[in-house]
Amino acid sequence: MKKMGLVAATTAAMTISFSGAAMSADTLGAVKERGFVQCGVTTGVPGYSNPDNKGKWKGMDVDVCRAVAAATLGDAEKVKYIPLNAKERFTALQSGEIDMLSRVTTWTLTRDSSLGMNFTGVTYYDGQGFLINKNLGVKSALELDGASMCIQSGTTTELNAADYFRENNMEFEPVVFDTSDQTVKGFEAGRCDVLTSDQSQLYALRIKLANPGAAIILPEIISKEPLGPVVRQGDDGWFNVVRWSLFAMINAEELGLTSKNIDSKKSDKNPNIARFIGSEGIKGTGLALTDQWAYNIVKQVGNYGEAFDRNLGAGSALKIERGMNALWNKGGLQYAPPIR
Amino acid sequence: MTGETLVSDSSKVTDKMLPDLPPPANSTGVIGWMRANLFSNITNTIMTLLAIYILYILVVPSVNWALLTADWIGDSRDACTSGGACWVFIYNRFDQFMYGFYPEAERWRIDLTFFLLVIQVAWLVIPKLPRKGLVSAFVLFVYPIIAYYLLYGGSFGLNLVETHKWGGLSLTLILAIVGIVAALPFGVLLALGRRSEMPIVKSFCVVYIEFWRGIPLITVLFMASVMLPLFVPEEVDFDKLLRAMIGIVLFQSAYMAEVVRGGLQAIPKGQYEAAQALGLNYWKMMGLVVLPQALKMMIPGIVNTFIALFKDTSLVLIIGLFDLLAIVQAGLSDPDWLGYSVEGYAFVALMFWMFCFSMSKYSQHLEKHFHTGHGSR
Amino acid sequence: MQSDAKKSQSASTHKTRFWHDPAKRALLFQGLLILGVFSVVGLIVQNTLQNLESRGITTGFDFLSQRAGFGIVQSLVEYTESSSYGQTFLVGLMNTILVSAMGIIAATIIGFIMGVARLSNNWLISKIASAYVEIFRNIPLLLQIFFWYFAVLRGLPSPRQSFEPLDNMYLNVRGLFMPEPIYGVGFGWVVLTFMAAVAGVFVLARWSKKRQDKTGQSFPVFWTSIALVIGLPLIVYWLMGSPLTWENPELRGFNFKGGMTIIPELAALWVALSIYTAAFIAEIVRSGIEAISKGQTEAAEALGLSSTKVLRLVVIPQSVRIIIPPLTSQYLNLIKNSSLATAIGYPDLVSVFAGTTLNQTGQAIEVIFMTMLVYLTLSLLVSSFMNWFNNRMALVER
Repeated sequence: MKKMGLVAATTAAMTISFSGAAMSADTLGAVKERGFVQCGVTTGVPGYSNPDNKGKWKGMDVDVCRAVAAATLGDAEKVKYIPLNAKERFTALQSGEIDMLSRVTTWTLTRDSSLGMNFTGVTYYDGQGFLINKNLGVKSALELDGASMCIQSGTTTELNAADYFRENNMEFEPVVFDTSDQTVKGFEAGRCDVLTSDQSQLYALRIKLANPGAAIILPEIISKEPLGPVVRQGDDGWFNVVRWSLFAMINAEELGLTSKNIDSKKSDKNPNIARFIGSEGIKGTGLALTDQWAYNIVKQVGNYGEAFDRNLGAGSALKIERGMNALWNKGGLQYAPPIR
Repeated sequence: MTGETLVSDSSKVTDKMLPDLPPPANSTGVIGWMRANLFSNITNTIMTLLAIYILYILVVPSVNWALLTADWIGDSRDACTSGGACWVFIYNRFDQFMYGFYPEAERWRIDLTFFLLVIQVAWLVIPKLPRKGLVSAFVLFVYPIIAYYLLYGGSFGLNLVETHKWGGLSLTLILAIVGIVAALPFGVLLALGRRSEMPIVKSFCVVYIEFWRGIPLITVLFMASVMLPLFVPEEVDFDKLLRAMIGIVLFQSAYMAEVVRGGLQAIPKGQYEAAQALGLNYWKMMGLVVLPQALKMMIPGIVNTFIALFKDTSLVLIIGLFDLLAIVQAGLSDPDWLGYSVEGYAFVALMFWMFCFSMSKYSQHLEKHFHTGHGSR
Repeated sequence: MQSDAKKSQSASTHKTRFWHDPAKRALLFQGLLILGVFSVVGLIVQNTLQNLESRGITTGFDFLSQRAGFGIVQSLVEYTESSSYGQTFLVGLMNTILVSAMGIIAATIIGFIMGVARLSNNWLISKIASAYVEIFRNIPLLLQIFFWYFAVLRGLPSPRQSFEPLDNMYLNVRGLFMPEPIYGVGFGWVVLTFMAAVAGVFVLARWSKKRQDKTGQSFPVFWTSIALVIGLPLIVYWLMGSPLTWENPELRGFNFKGGMTIIPELAALWVALSIYTAAFIAEIVRSGIEAISKGQTEAAEALGLSSTKVLRLVVIPQSVRIIIPPLTSQYLNLIKNSSLATAIGYPDLVSVFAGTTLNQTGQAIEVIFMTMLVYLTLSLLVSSFMNWFNNRMALVER
């Protein structure tokens, strides 16, 4: 008892003497010194972040990590991927285990404020949907009253599902698993009627089923799920680097710069392209990067459209339409502020 | 029988011992053994028949599936045609299950590390070989350094292999061995502290031991994997594997302390008193007299803790390290090999079982050995 | 040892330097230890506070009263999506206690049976029992949980093709659905009668023991008690006009509604925990029984006791004292191991509270602190109960 009292006293003393000593973090400096970016990804969602059979990570989220590495270190391969499940991801970011989180994470108010994190942009505009076996004959999510649903724990889907069913006076049985792999296994074993997740992930998870053709994705989208990279609060320099790495990819698509043609555009007359490549105007100094930061991203990773196509779109097994994720001037929502 | 008959039969009297008659036919051989051990009465007979029936139901289909109708060799799932187990899956990924994502060209380093370990352990286990003290000192102090440079590399011309590439059975073994070896010295200190007469030292040790023994390893691993960086200054950066190891060692040292305490209690009080009578101080008494005797008695306990830890390392999959179980699970979700989860899990179970079973047999053998060796305590 | 040394020291007239005086040295050493521990703790606290502040993470327990907003598949207390995070803690706690209690009971029963079976004079039975022990205690529990979960799921039909082992009882991949009793007016009397019967049995047992001590005659306590405990409440139940109705589960839409449910996650976790722990308990029971010297058994047999009575009256009461301490640590292990529930999605404390709640609120330190506290408290409670039980058993000794 006495000991507890002492602990409390010491703790209090420490609190008083050190609470004023908070120092601002410099993640960018740490990354440059360390020589690689620590990037939190999923434990395996095809299309976003998934190790292939050689153990090499691939996917849309992975390409964002690579873009940041290309911008900061000039080499897109200098990334250390740290697979995290949904439950661990925020603690890992808060604790400093990772420099950035690029892990199909939905941008919400709570996460942006009281969790001590900042979202840097949107890599993919998504919405929650439902995957169900064809033979149940269900055509709409409103017919799902009483269904069992496989959900990944610690996600916004868990909350959206509860809201949606309550709003429509329906009931459901939540069957909650740690990883998306397990939700697929549970769905396949018949533990639940419905698998719910962000719709793009449902397409990705469906190819993990033994018989993908037997399952359909219902038309309803019950929520807004803007997915994006996340960094810690209070480090504006690093925040800008991650944010503009993504913007550079989107701008590159708008400017028609691809990994294949960017070398041939080095002497292009278009001032937007010249600024992008770093040959004139604003250089990398504002971000504390080299002048070739944006060039490196496009050269080594590609523009947004290329990454999308390779990982999620026509060039991948998922074959997802661009839809909302087309550029703003092509009827979509992807819009990046100008580089000038 | 009367006396007369005995006398009249005197021709049969002999001063030599007659050989024993053979026992009745129904109490020897297979039949006799079965009568005694399987069918001694009605209840036993019923139980035996029931047991045979249950065994028949369980064993015959399993053997059929796992051995008789199984496919063993091939390149893809197309090789699995006979309807039994598809060991082709294991066969194809065997290297990955053993070494994880460790670069293929560097795998000889893992082999060498474990080969060295096996030699040393064999030296310690085989009773006839001399200089056991020297070898154990080598295992405890020099070998870890060699192993570190071999596995991690980065100097002596070896390529650096980052720990997130480690995996499979080798990672499982590394975690368990590091856990037990590093926990031993802490365990000894804690056990000595718990038996100390200094109240503060004692209560500190008791609190420490009971705290770690009271919480599940999962929460320890979770804390180590994501919360440890909150506890250290921002500049300090731990590797994820190292953090898991720190968690395991902190956790394991409490269990080790209890094993050591058991060993210390088995040393008769006379030994302490004799050592003090010789004028030895506390550390000399412990180091020269008590611990050498106690450590020998503790080996079975240490082996048992090691088995428990070895099994528990499978929990690291929850914090995202690819140990044997996790890497097999990852292999199971490969679209090319869907639907072979039973084979995968059976393989993991067999691997764990082989290690644990042989170690537990060894520890039982030691227990018996020490039991007779010391006679009455 | 130290105090002896101290006496001899103070007896000597030589003035000793303080580091040669064990008592002072002990003081110094302990002072250093305190200083060391506190500076380590202080350093950790300082770092944590600094890190929390520089990362803008809010602290405190306010989150416990916020709305949780997610569903939980099984809860023993009232819980809806609009309940608070504090309630998720309670739900997780109750689920942990439920599966631990069920596991402890089942593991004890299986363990005792297997332990006795290992000593059976039937060769086959004892070999099967030892094979059971050697197989199940040498395979990681996590693997066994996965096995039971996916084996259970794979073997069961979909809700529309449920097995119906008994009337109104359905077994399918979503769980075991059973009728739920609805208590009518007057059922309280049945409960009261039952409790009275149990009390009566205790009195009866005392009386018969006294009588046996005095006269040597034994009384069939067991069968009388069964008759009392079951018969009396049945009579009252009938007299009150059967005040009990059942709510049957019914297939509506996707699933069965109504009645009671055992979800497959609970079943799998329960089976895995019981079978794994029972393998250890069997070994404890075996060595406990083997520790009783053969002379005891032979003496009891010489007195003409039947073999069940030898076990019940002579062997077990003695071996229980040897068995209880290691049994206690197995119980503690089982409680801690129940935290593996998170691997298959059974909503225990680690899965619900240290999982979902932690993730929604981001209050890692508070949540993990509370979770650890729960496990420590549970361990403490169980071990003090078992100590009390052990002391009671020891007192019976004559």
